[in-house]
Amino acid sequence: MSEVPRTEVAISLDGRRVSARPGELLIEAAERAGTFIPRFCYHPRMDSVGVCRMCLVEVEGPRGATLQPACFIRVADNMTVVTQSEKVKKAQDGVLEFLLANHPLDCPVCDKGGECPLQDQTLTHGSGETRFVEEKRHFVKPVAIGELVLLDRERCIQCSRCTRFAAEVAGDAQIDFAGRGEMLEVAASPTQPFDSVFSGNTVQICPVGALTATPYRFSARPWDLDQVESSCTTCALHCRVAVQSSSNRLTRVLGLDSDPVNHGWLCDKGRFTLDSVDANPDAVDPLDAATRITEPMVRREGRLEVVSWGEALRAAAEILREGATDPDGVGAIGGAALTNEGAFAWQRFVRGVLGVEHLDAQYDDGLDAALVQCLPGATIDEAARARVVVTLTGDLREELPILFLRLREGVIKGRGALVEFSFGASALRALATVSLATRPGEAHRVAQALATAQVVHDLAASDTALAEARALLGDTGDGVVFVVGRPNVSEAAAVMECAVRTLAERYPAATFLPALRRSNVRGALDMGLAPGLAPGRGVHGVSGRDTSSQLDALAAGEQRAVLLLGGGLLGNVADVERASAALARARVVCVTGHGGATLAHADVVLPAAVAHERAGTVTNIEGRISALNAKLVAPGSAWSDVAIAAELAEECGQTLGIASVVDAARAIEETTGYPALSVLAGDGEGVVVDRAAPAPRRALDPMAFPGIRSIENSGLSARAGAITVESAAAHHPAARATLGEVAAGRGVDVPHADAYAWRLYLSRRLYDHGVAMRGSPALAPLAAPTTLGLNHLDLDRLGVTSGDQVVVVGPRGESRLPVVLDDAVARGVVEVAFGSLGPDGEDVVATWLSSRAPTTEISLEAR
Amino acid sequence: MATLDAPLIVSSRREHADAHTLARYLATGGYDALRKALTMFPEQVAAEVDTASLLGRGGAGFPAGRKWSMLRKAPISYLVVNGDESEPATFKDHYLIECDPHQLVEGVVIAAYALQVTQVFIFVRGEFALGLERVQQAVNDAYEYGAIGREILGSAFSVDVVVHPGAGAYICGEETALIEALEGKRGFPRIKPPFFPAVNGLYGEPTVVNNVETMSNLPWIVLHGGAAFAALGAGRSTGTRLFALAGRVRNPGVYEVEMVKNTFRDLIFDPRLGGGTIDDRPVTAFIPGGVSAPWFGPELLDVPLGQDEVAEKGSMLGSGSIVVMDDTTCPVRAAWRITRFFARETCGQCTPCREGSGWLERVLFRIESGEGRDDDLDLLLDLSDNISPGLAWPPQQTTICVLGPSIPSSIHSAIDMFRDDFVAHVATRGCPHE
Repeated sequence: MSEVPRTEVAISLDGRRVSARPGELLIEAAERAGTFIPRFCYHPRMDSVGVCRMCLVEVEGPRGATLQPACFIRVADNMTVVTQSEKVKKAQDGVLEFLLANHPLDCPVCDKGGECPLQDQTLTHGSGETRFVEEKRHFVKPVAIGELVLLDRERCIQCSRCTRFAAEVAGDAQIDFAGRGEMLEVAASPTQPFDSVFSGNTVQICPVGALTATPYRFSARPWDLDQVESSCTTCALHCRVAVQSSSNRLTRVLGLDSDPVNHGWLCDKGRFTLDSVDANPDAVDPLDAATRITEPMVRREGRLEVVSWGEALRAAAEILREGATDPDGVGAIGGAALTNEGAFAWQRFVRGVLGVEHLDAQYDDGLDAALVQCLPGATIDEAARARVVVTLTGDLREELPILFLRLREGVIKGRGALVEFSFGASALRALATVSLATRPGEAHRVAQALATAQVVHDLAASDTALAEARALLGDTGDGVVFVVGRPNVSEAAAVMECAVRTLAERYPAATFLPALRRSNVRGALDMGLAPGLAPGRGVHGVSGRDTSSQLDALAAGEQRAVLLLGGGLLGNVADVERASAALARARVVCVTGHGGATLAHADVVLPAAVAHERAGTVTNIEGRISALNAKLVAPGSAWSDVAIAAELAEECGQTLGIASVVDAARAIEETTGYPALSVLAGDGEGVVVDRAAPAPRRALDPMAFPGIRSIENSGLSARAGAITVESAAAHHPAARATLGEVAAGRGVDVPHADAYAWRLYLSRRLYDHGVAMRGSPALAPLAAPTTLGLNHLDLDRLGVTSGDQVVVVGPRGESRLPVVLDDAVARGVVEVAFGSLGPDGEDVVATWLSSRAPTTEISLEAR
Repeated sequence: MATLDAPLIVSSRREHADAHTLARYLATGGYDALRKALTMFPEQVAAEVDTASLLGRGGAGFPAGRKWSMLRKAPISYLVVNGDESEPATFKDHYLIECDPHQLVEGVVIAAYALQVTQVFIFVRGEFALGLERVQQAVNDAYEYGAIGREILGSAFSVDVVVHPGAGAYICGEETALIEALEGKRGFPRIKPPFFPAVNGLYGEPTVVNNVETMSNLPWIVLHGGAAFAALGAGRSTGTRLFALAGRVRNPGVYEVEMVKNTFRDLIFDPRLGGGTIDDRPVTAFIPGGVSAPWFGPELLDVPLGQDEVAEKGSMLGSGSIVVMDDTTCPVRAAWRITRFFARETCGQCTPCREGSGWLERVLFRIESGEGRDDDLDLLLDLSDNISPGLAWPPQQTTICVLGPSIPSSIHSAIDMFRDDFVAHVATRGCPHE
């Protein structure tokens, strides 16, 4: 007779009989039972260390009741715990008094004052009087332990939350303790600064004011901040955040603990790019990415001039209607940064008002939208817990940082194996069970070799590695999650698409997580912002031009006008010269909140609300629909996209039937079953359609997220008429494409590599030169310098060493750039980050690209 | 008068200046015990140690044989020898490491054989420059001699021994901190439970940690049998023990005496041993077992040198260090010096010890230098209580390891025994002993 594992044990907590999960930490069991045990070092998302000793409680043991740290002791059946005795109280008071002994009394000038766990727990558990009359210890203050994080050692209580985060969660152990005893201090490595892209999390989880972030430091008092819960749209993962503002200016973004998504963590880009929203009042040049576009503009005599909304709408309508007189004379490009409601409104405008199917939210830098929609989906959680996770992406830490953390945790905790298609350096590489070296233009053949077990001799990946990976994947791919992105924008999308189709057909039981990067790209596709797609993840059989085809049509004069949904086209296409030439011939209406080079071609500019200035829903890479709550009033005359689309439709003599975000959400839900309104009206954390409802929300750590509880349920006032998620998921009218339909008749033919040239791997960096970075004074300096990453064999071949300059010769020009040794790059490949700038700030890559080839080859010369 | 007819078990080569060399060691019966052990079954060797009832000599005094037999139920991966002796006035392992390193090595190999462990680490305090040199030389010699390495002394047993120097932290004498240090990490003690070395020790493997003196007893026990060892001493305290005698005595030094048969008075006053106090001044107090131990007053001089005998009176033999104070010793200063040691050596990992030690040290220094306040004694006792609740013996603790509750011992004892002295310091705004 086998024993059924118990799911519940009973403990005695202060005389009450309380049920707990076997093996659960006592501090968690007590908290669920309503008993808060004070703590500093404990963090629910990290391993316990039991060092601060604040959570001491009496636990009955073989030697009687002893004081034990509740964050370290795991509950056992019939455990007797006392949290309220005199002995416990004295021990906790004592610990608090010890912590305060050397802690400076600078609360009035400390950023943490007002939201400080040490302050709060001193009030609830402290004695109220100090007996420490000696001189407190002194340190030079503050010291920078990284570009964004300052350390005030006098305030530190040595809880090791920051050092544990760095080592355990981020894997960037560049900070650790130095010294000992009273002089124990957190210190950065003398040779390696704490340059983790997750450094801001240490500030958020610091239980005192020891760690402060340079962008927020001294800028506000917490009690003056107003906050809403929302989603971060810096990348397509949509981490849950608390957005805080003061006087209609964003002051801070904090991570919220969303169990399915971000576990409370944020990347520094998501946390600190808030300056790009409202902190550059001096930037007024519309061509400058740091400039906010706040007023409608029309081009007159070659210059963009501020006009009234009425005038701008008339001009825009005139351009678009004129284009639409010809069946294929107009189209729309962009929209990945819109909310679902904005995207829905614009697709209705393009299809319904302009009557064309030429629309594409992606800038030719993603994957075929229909393919993405028809792949069997995996959630982030499923990827992090998969038996085998296979990445066909660039460096995820650079592309989707929090997805990297989630996958890293999965591998570190031993949940599964990791197979990596390795295009270049990647932070996950050290954790990969198997790395399949993949050169540009080769991914589809590596996938083929993996799927068919054919021996192919000219691949960079070894047969052994392929065989190992094949063995891990198994026969049907059961338990396998493929994370598929577009690692190399200088390679034709068809290469990755072909690889993905091969794998999807070979492994029918496997699921896929699309690693598309940009903001709400998945939501835009779900709303039908791509040719042939219908709102609600459906297809509708009519084909149209994608971004690339529209650029060709514009350049050829076949399409005369274009509606740009967002100002990022030139900053995001690989071949900037081709896109510029296309826009130069076209009449351009641009709806954007940010300036940028694209506006040089705009005839009409319509200012839109961005980021936290708008409400709505967004959909992340796994298809999770979550709510954005507006925190700010949009500056100047900027409107929400829904309003702009509706007004523009009126101006065109038609009506969208949508007047507000709530209208749009209702229209989405009513016509497609996509639960936009339900999410907007619900708690906002969101749902993935077709997946079981999420587990009950994890109790937030009141220390890590001070004060945020109060906003947990403050959604929009759109509750009336909400459709429940269950009923919404039940009707799912939009037809979905099948893989067979999407896969039919597409292949890719990559010519053999030129032995005298190098194939370009145009990778992505988190700290690039995009709008968010350029508009954020704190982050802009962190953008990496431009380098050419080369294998040591290629350095030898060129006769240069790391740091030397070489000349890159492309079809349209040359540039002189330094090389760096990077053996993660295969031989014959050169790695350059997308958007790299040359010595004079010019976009160097643009001059190298040969437009339509499946891969880009460049020559390097050491001279 | 002291009873000194027991054989010298660990200090028999004390008269030889070259006792650390392999030649002298071999000439005085060295490695005979190992040879004999290798002819026995490992279980038999362990049984002899169990019969000897050899109590661990590191401080806690847990029977070595019992430690091993508890562990032998599961295979042991590593034997770690703790030679990080760093407490003030404690220097008996120092003597064994420096003056009889081969005896230590032979004991270590015997233990490894008994436990069937093939990898041993000897962790030696970093400040023992000469000791490190000599232990390393002894290990090298033993490799060459064939007593360590592959199939030692012609047997089927193979073992490797690595000497690992400490980096200057007292806390690494705490066994789990020592294990962390061996793993190349910062010497922070681990939380017990669950990190009992026997279950989850070095590199997460079952590990035995034994003290240098414990190991040094093994050659004699194997040669003469556990029963002969157990015949010495009395009760649970069998055999002899090395004591480091320091403080206000004429002849400070390391003495090996039979346990229980001798008292503190014998050790301190016998002319062949301590030779009495300097200038024959009256003993006012003495520390019976290292600076972590509560102090004894002169009325307890006749307590026998036995583990249980000392424990009964509320202290411990601990690290084998006995420090004698007389009426010229300022108890405030003594307590301050000891507390200062702990404040400098606390690792800083957990709050009560990190912050409490420095605070206590500052208050004691204030009192000693004439800046004391009336409520300072209550403060000292209350802060001590917050590190070691109840100030009981054996102590409770709010800290991760036992360094924390070691701090209050001297403070509590000094205030208990010399309250008037403390009051006088405060009242006269200075030290009456100066």
